[in-house]
Amino acid sequence: MADKIVENIRKEAKRILEEKIVDIVIGFEKGTLPYTASPVFIENPDDVDKLIWNRYCHNNLAVYLRNFPDKKIGIIVKGCDSRSIVALMAEKQLTRENIYIIGVPCEGMLDKNKLLEEFGDNPPIEVKEEFLYPSCQYCEHKNPVIYDFLTGEPVQEKEEEPYPDVVEFEKKTLDERWKYFQEEASKCIRCYACRQACPMCYCEECFVDTNSPKWLDPGIDLPDLQVWHIIRAYHQAGRCVDCGACERACPMDIKILWLTRKLNKDVRDLFEFEIGIDPEKVPPLGTFSLYDKEEFLI
Amino acid sequence: MDKEYEPNIIAFLCNWCSYAGADLAGVSRFQYPANPKVVRVPCSGRINPMFIVKSLYEGLDGVWVSGCHPGDCHYNTGNYYARRRFALLKNMLSHIGFEEDRTLFSWVSASEGNIFADKAKEVTARIKKLGPRKKLLKNRDI
Repeated sequence: MADKIVENIRKEAKRILEEKIVDIVIGFEKGTLPYTASPVFIENPDDVDKLIWNRYCHNNLAVYLRNFPDKKIGIIVKGCDSRSIVALMAEKQLTRENIYIIGVPCEGMLDKNKLLEEFGDNPPIEVKEEFLYPSCQYCEHKNPVIYDFLTGEPVQEKEEEPYPDVVEFEKKTLDERWKYFQEEASKCIRCYACRQACPMCYCEECFVDTNSPKWLDPGIDLPDLQVWHIIRAYHQAGRCVDCGACERACPMDIKILWLTRKLNKDVRDLFEFEIGIDPEKVPPLGTFSLYDKEEFLI
Repeated sequence: MDKEYEPNIIAFLCNWCSYAGADLAGVSRFQYPANPKVVRVPCSGRINPMFIVKSLYEGLDGVWVSGCHPGDCHYNTGNYYARRRFALLKNMLSHIGFEEDRTLFSWVSASEGNIFADKAKEVTARIKKLGPRKKLLKNRDI
């Protein structure tokens, strides 16, 4: 199955490069460490054999799309990456004509750290659900939502109640939640890897980098870390596609998704909106309804 | 130190309704607590949620945001956008374990001087009940 996908990816990448449909193809090549794959940018049709596909291709490649404004781009996407592309299109950051999407139905990416711990350097042949990244365990869109070419048969989508983790977390008391947030935020070293990994974090100047106004101090004082996490997540409200790239990019293994997933759940409950499905639909905070709920008012 | 704890509250009031409402409350001699310190903004839609988080981070005990009733916005739709933002922000602050009553939102029109006074009393009472703030506080003394 996986070999068939790789073969299809290479064949299609070669074709679009040779026929000059695109100038560059963004995909994955073999990583230098076990359980890794690295993003690769291919311009020469003879290099397409570098392209691979396996269960360690966890980066969200949509993050690179805005780096090539004058080029036509071919990109290899999973379900979540394709939704990032739709979200970027909804925000008028991309034009569909400049992108050729090679979609790969995805069965979830495997957590490198969990595998290393369990199997060491010998990759297992069979892997169970529990080795998936958390974002992949909760994934609701395994198949790409838009594509020009699909490399394999669509996989079965999950049909469970969405956001079981958020519902579970909401049952905790206020102080327990605060303690959890403190513990997670205090690990942060302010490297901003989460921001860099995110396709939706494309501001020319991030709020933490501005001097005027200066929103928060540099350094790793706990309130600074917490404000960074709050605002970073809030800026994703109604825009985050839940790909989990931020959490996977974190060198300190901070749990980040519990914040953005809460916002996603609220957006779905309050505004009945899900990002990354329809590029024509305005994101929820860019519009309003006369009948939005306002029970929170005093 | 028997002095009663008095919370320091920042009130973002929209120029066209709530600020005028506060003015009317004053002109009409309605009594209300002096805790909310008013910041006049053009519209509730002008309020970046970062203003609210920043206020808390800088040491205010509570934030009160008030704008025009839905349908009354001077700019027609500003308060509708604001309503969506505040709903998400309030839920999120509560999700991370921050006291919900420290961020309060209301609609007060220019003719509602008495309601403004009532809301000011309610806001102050609610925040006072929570006591001095410990969470999310930037300590600049060290």
